[in-house]
Amino acid sequence: MSTEFKLPELGENIETIQVTRVLVSPGDSVVADQPLLEVETDKATIEVPADNAGTVDSVLVSDGDEVSVGQVMLTFTDSAAAPTAAPTAETEPEPAPDPVPPTSDIRHPTSSLLPPPSSPSPAPPTSDLRLPTSSPSPTPYNVPAAPSVRRFAREIGIDVTVVTGSGPNGRISIDDVKTHAKQRNEAPALVAAGSIATPPLPDFEKWGAVERKKMAVIRRKTAEHMSLSWGQVPHVTIFDKADITELDVLRKRYADHAVEAGGKLTMAVMVCKVVAAALKRFPQFNASIDMGTREIIYKQYVNLGVAVSTERGLVVPVIHNADQKNMVAISVEISALAQKARDGKIQLDDLEGGTFTVTNLGRICGTYFTPIINYPEVAILGIGRAQPEAIVRDGQIEMRTMLPLSLSFDHRLIDGSDGARFLGWIIDAIQEPLLLSLQG
Amino acid sequence: METDVNSKHIVVIGGGPGGYPAAFHAADLGMQVTLIDDAPNPGGVCLYRGCIPSKALLHAAAFINEASEIAEWGITVSKPQIDLDKLRARKEAVIAKLTGGLGQLTKQRKITYLQGRARFADPKTLTVTMSDGTTQTLTFDAAIIATGSQPIHLPFAPDSPRVLDSTTALDLADIPASMLLVGGGYIGLELGQVYASLGSRVTVVEMMPALLPGADAALVRVLAAKLKKQFEAIHLKTRVAALDETPEGIAVRFEGKHEGSETFDKILVAVGRRPDAGNVGLENTGVVVDEKGFITVDAQRRTAEPAIYAIGDVAGQPMLAHKATYEGKVAAEAIAGMKTVYDPKAIPGVVFTDPEIAWCGLTEAEAKAAGRDVKVTSFPWAASGRATTLGRSDGVTRLVLDPTDNHRVLGVGMAGPGAGELIAEGTLAIEMGAVADDLAWTIHPHPTLSETVMEAAESAMGHSIHYTR
Repeated sequence: MSTEFKLPELGENIETIQVTRVLVSPGDSVVADQPLLEVETDKATIEVPADNAGTVDSVLVSDGDEVSVGQVMLTFTDSAAAPTAAPTAETEPEPAPDPVPPTSDIRHPTSSLLPPPSSPSPAPPTSDLRLPTSSPSPTPYNVPAAPSVRRFAREIGIDVTVVTGSGPNGRISIDDVKTHAKQRNEAPALVAAGSIATPPLPDFEKWGAVERKKMAVIRRKTAEHMSLSWGQVPHVTIFDKADITELDVLRKRYADHAVEAGGKLTMAVMVCKVVAAALKRFPQFNASIDMGTREIIYKQYVNLGVAVSTERGLVVPVIHNADQKNMVAISVEISALAQKARDGKIQLDDLEGGTFTVTNLGRICGTYFTPIINYPEVAILGIGRAQPEAIVRDGQIEMRTMLPLSLSFDHRLIDGSDGARFLGWIIDAIQEPLLLSLQG
Repeated sequence: METDVNSKHIVVIGGGPGGYPAAFHAADLGMQVTLIDDAPNPGGVCLYRGCIPSKALLHAAAFINEASEIAEWGITVSKPQIDLDKLRARKEAVIAKLTGGLGQLTKQRKITYLQGRARFADPKTLTVTMSDGTTQTLTFDAAIIATGSQPIHLPFAPDSPRVLDSTTALDLADIPASMLLVGGGYIGLELGQVYASLGSRVTVVEMMPALLPGADAALVRVLAAKLKKQFEAIHLKTRVAALDETPEGIAVRFEGKHEGSETFDKILVAVGRRPDAGNVGLENTGVVVDEKGFITVDAQRRTAEPAIYAIGDVAGQPMLAHKATYEGKVAAEAIAGMKTVYDPKAIPGVVFTDPEIAWCGLTEAEAKAAGRDVKVTSFPWAASGRATTLGRSDGVTRLVLDPTDNHRVLGVGMAGPGAGELIAEGTLAIEMGAVADDLAWTIHPHPTLSETVMEAAESAMGHSIHYTR
């Protein structure tokens, strides 16, 4: 019996991926959970494992292909060891789509991101088979949309009659429905920021030879995400320096503890710990804004994103519940995540759910810079390069080690004085580490 | 508490072209399904005594007609000899093959098939009287009523073997010398042509001013021209006032445009069908039935009783097998919790006469009645090379277009041999939201009748290659 292997759901809002490497060939026997393919999403490179043991019949994708969720990538002949359930059960992993959306979603269409079209979700309870107020209705006669498009729109809760068709004579495609859904989520922010059409590029070859190269997925997504953040968020960046002379002494003294645990006690790790404590004290820095509902979403958890530069591009692994971890634990986790990111082994779970980001250019060079907020977070802290400086203390010139810090924040939520207080608290805590225990 | 789709038990009442697809789709979606019908296998009216047997007989009729027409091509064949027993057996074999196949598919899907009749005892319970006389009680998470329709009988018609309905006409007991068709709808005309081809002198009586009431007059004209030659007489705007059995046959008194009396060997009553929801115990549920006997359903085919759905002929017009199939799939998906809806933009209707009449979407008359400004283009098959090679230049292809919206296709109609196959392109065009240009700039194979669709679309721009006005 032949079984189709479809691209499974990989995470929220992931619809297509790029196949970077096919790891099996027809005729190969595989065991359950054996990686079959390496794929690249907008966020990371991940391995897709086999559901069951079996023999690969055919491989329908090759390196570089773009694949959508649900698309068949391989076919299998199940081995005798595999459970021989009814054929329908095995050949149809297709999950039932979402139940009819709750009415609150209809009233505030912008209040939540749309679920992916086929995310698995249980059917409504039998006791409530009738949901007359929110059941989809037939589309009017003359909407130029194919049955497949109408069906897709229904499934994701979009009224196809209000979608603008991009095709000839206003024909509506599935992409038009997706674009409409995306715009609906982003509409209030776009109105706030205004938008200017991108002018065409000049002919660069007039001035000499050029080479055009396709953007990697991560580069493209970084570009899109940064434009989105920059376009939507009114950024303010403030700068200051922290005196880390004493903290650095402590860092060196206790460095071995981290090494023993498998981490590395860097200044960035210590700053992360301080930031996690600061976010507990300044909850609006650990929040998001919902302009659609005019609400501020305060997160009851502190998940710290740490920007890591890799060969494949910028990724931001997340230290979950960073406020509950000590410096040694954080150092171990950062080392592990950074290594995974560089090896392309990072999991989506490692990248999701961040509430604040720390980005460190200090290992390279530089003092201050203006980091761009990792939307939908509302602030980001940039760490520059620590340098010994001549500082006036108590009327005397002293040599102190100073760490430049740059804090960007979303002025829609955070005013300048709040930002200054937040950064000030961080600097105080760095300079007087005991404050962490007293106040953090 | 939420219930897993896979633990839902669905009961489908009626195994016709609505019920069995509903059962199959529900099983494919992972639900446990029971299908109840009083026949040994699924199939319903469509397979046992409707679409399929009538098409088998029409195939034979078409051959007889072609054999007579081929003389014009210089080929003379002797008058066909008709072995009625063999023809009947062949028709039965077709039915057995197809219904047996459905029985197999039912087993393969692990659907429980109960041969019997079901009645609701209450909104959550069914009592099934099995064909062997035993009874069973079933509970369900959702039930689908797909009990179809029945031929309408004339209250004053005598109870006589000389008075046929569509079911008994298909039994092909004999070939009467003369036959009256009461009702000029598609069922009567199809069967009338079968009997006419087999040698009966056929007369039609229809109350309305035209045959096939509701169909586009320009299409009906093509068929009527042929029937005038094939049939003994066509009496329009005429009704049957009395039917009396005499030793010679059935004496019929006509009233209206054609007055008088005449005696026929047999009469075939085909005045329509009525929904068949009377015997399932709806009175024990909250299901609502309208004044015409149709079960009232919403866009998901759900009745007023939350766990009970209705599909097919019993759930409203048009009473067509393929519409029932579509509804069956919608109901199964709705029960599975999917966001699904009965949403066809065009339902093809086909009259399998010779020539065939087929249409979908809006007709010109409907557009006018709705006060809608439409543009109708027409391509006569006399200008089609393929039609000429077939010796059939009498057909026509018509498009109903919206001049205010890029000539979007609103309706398609055809008359001519093969129209029933060709209409699928029209249905797809409407569902896909095609405009005339889409059809005009799609290469159609030459020489085929499908080119008439392309050329009718070209006419919308004022210039068809093979036809100028």
